Amino acid sequence: MKLLTHNLLSSHVRGVGPRGFPLRLQATEVRISPVEFNPDFVARMIPKVEWAALLEAADTVPKEPIQGYEHDERFLRKMHHVLLEVDVLEGTLQCPESGRLFPISRGIPNMLLSDEETET
Amino acid sequence: MALPGSVNRYLLLMAQEHLEFRLPEIKSLLSLFGGQFTNSQETYGKSPFWILSIPSEDIARNLMKRTVCAKSIFELWGHGKSPEELYSSLKNYPVEKMVPFLHSDSTYKIKIHTFNKTLTQEEKVKRIDALEFLPFEGKVNLKKPQHIFSILEDYGLDPNCIPENPHNIYFGRWIADGQRELIESYSVKKRHFIGNTSMDAGLSFIMANHGKVKENDIVFDPFVGTGGLLIASAHFGAYVYGTDIDYNTVHGLGKASRKNQKWRGPDENIRANLRQYGLEKYYLDVLVSDASKPSWRKGTYFDAVITDPPYGIRESTRRTGSQKEIPKGIEKCPETHVPVSLSYHLSDMFFDLLNFAAETLVLGGRLVYWLPVYTPEYTEEMVPWHPCLKLISNCEQKLSGRTSRRLITMEKVKGFENRDQYSHLLSDHFLPYQGHNSFREKYFSGVTKRIAKEEKSSQE
Repeated sequence: MKLLTHNLLSSHVRGVGPRGFPLRLQATEVRISPVEFNPDFVARMIPKVEWAALLEAADTVPKEPIQGYEHDERFLRKMHHVLLEVDVLEGTLQCPESGRLFPISRGIPNMLLSDEETET
Repeated sequence: MALPGSVNRYLLLMAQEHLEFRLPEIKSLLSLFGGQFTNSQETYGKSPFWILSIPSEDIARNLMKRTVCAKSIFELWGHGKSPEELYSSLKNYPVEKMVPFLHSDSTYKIKIHTFNKTLTQEEKVKRIDALEFLPFEGKVNLKKPQHIFSILEDYGLDPNCIPENPHNIYFGRWIADGQRELIESYSVKKRHFIGNTSMDAGLSFIMANHGKVKENDIVFDPFVGTGGLLIASAHFGAYVYGTDIDYNTVHGLGKASRKNQKWRGPDENIRANLRQYGLEKYYLDVLVSDASKPSWRKGTYFDAVITDPPYGIRESTRRTGSQKEIPKGIEKCPETHVPVSLSYHLSDMFFDLLNFAAETLVLGGRLVYWLPVYTPEYTEEMVPWHPCLKLISNCEQKLSGRTSRRLITMEKVKGFENRDQYSHLLSDHFLPYQGHNSFREKYFSGVTKRIAKEEKSSQE
């Protein structure tokens, strides 16, 4: 699971609503998978990122997007690495409100809950 | 370069399959590249010859880099219902537009295509020679000409009724071919990882084109299965996400769908499929998730949602619930068996899908999905509706005598507000899609077989 994905996921446990974001990430196995750098795609993603959640998940992230980031290759390469190349293979995502754990195995998060646990 | 005030007309030579899907594909692609579709002939029906006005050659070339429905495009210099009409039409074509391609330093060749008729070599040469009045000054080069011109003769669509003379003759400068070769190179037959319901390659590219997928988009498939639809979007430069409720499919585990294969190898999963085509960099993630209970946070970050939801026939329609679990060991069911599954009423499923798309698509983003239909009872009112989504196209593909599926394309035209999720209940033109259960019941209950039998015996 990439950190970009973590930034888009939220808990849908019943009653939790917007407090289900961000999920607390606990990684037991991480792999760095090189991905071809595409500055245009990274620049497009920056405005969509919830920065506070990204800072929680990764410690090598700049505190906020810098002015004129669209043309700053160094910044974009850093963001590219964090968002797309860090791959969590094994670990858990935890709902910050209910504590419910969603497992990640083989790089794939399992977000399934039973009917009782989810929102109506 | 377009001269001010002149009309740039092009001739598209269309492939004769997926007939209903062709016009929406061309319209979507033109709109993607900044051209507006303008009717330049009465109808764009079954014929493979379409005349279009396109603002520039660049737009025409961009169109051809994407379309799988069109074989070729020509800059149209003249046309008519007879040779005389064609020649007179050519004489009216502005010479200044011809000259750049006919000057003495250039090389060219003239080809002739006839549709629904075969001509002798002698007849072909005669027709090419008849164009001598055109100001060709370059040299003929049959191997590698700089410019290729084509005469196209249309002898209709009925192979049992070939006219003496063509209905239409066209003459134009060949510009580019379409992407039909993708259909073969991405064929499901060669793909590493497939499922029971993997989408035909041609249709998956058509879906990506209806979805106006472009480079650097994010495309999401909530019923991703083996990822076939994502491959087409990735090929066009989009980054892709998928979810599926089936753990085994997402992980690439369990019985293989290929005959004579027992277990899926380590190379069989969605990521591997993208890798097979050199598209791995576009793989974002896949998740095990219930599409009716999405785990995405509030926000608009998908440029397109492109999907083939389960119809409940060959793949079971499920959602997580407190109802009876699917017994282990029963997985994908062959067509003849009624699937054991938790009931997920199709009307609910499409309601969820449209709502999800309305919430998470960017403004202008598209939702493209298949709607299964019991043909004798189908009406347009059955197509699910949402206040934020505008219907762009609805194309039918027949599946059997009484069933078909329709490719629905919708575009988000209005921002989502909370009250929008329930507006369908207030709308008096909304007819709940009777769908899943009735579709499946009719498919399996033998109704179709019985009716066919009755009809047959009444004809005898």
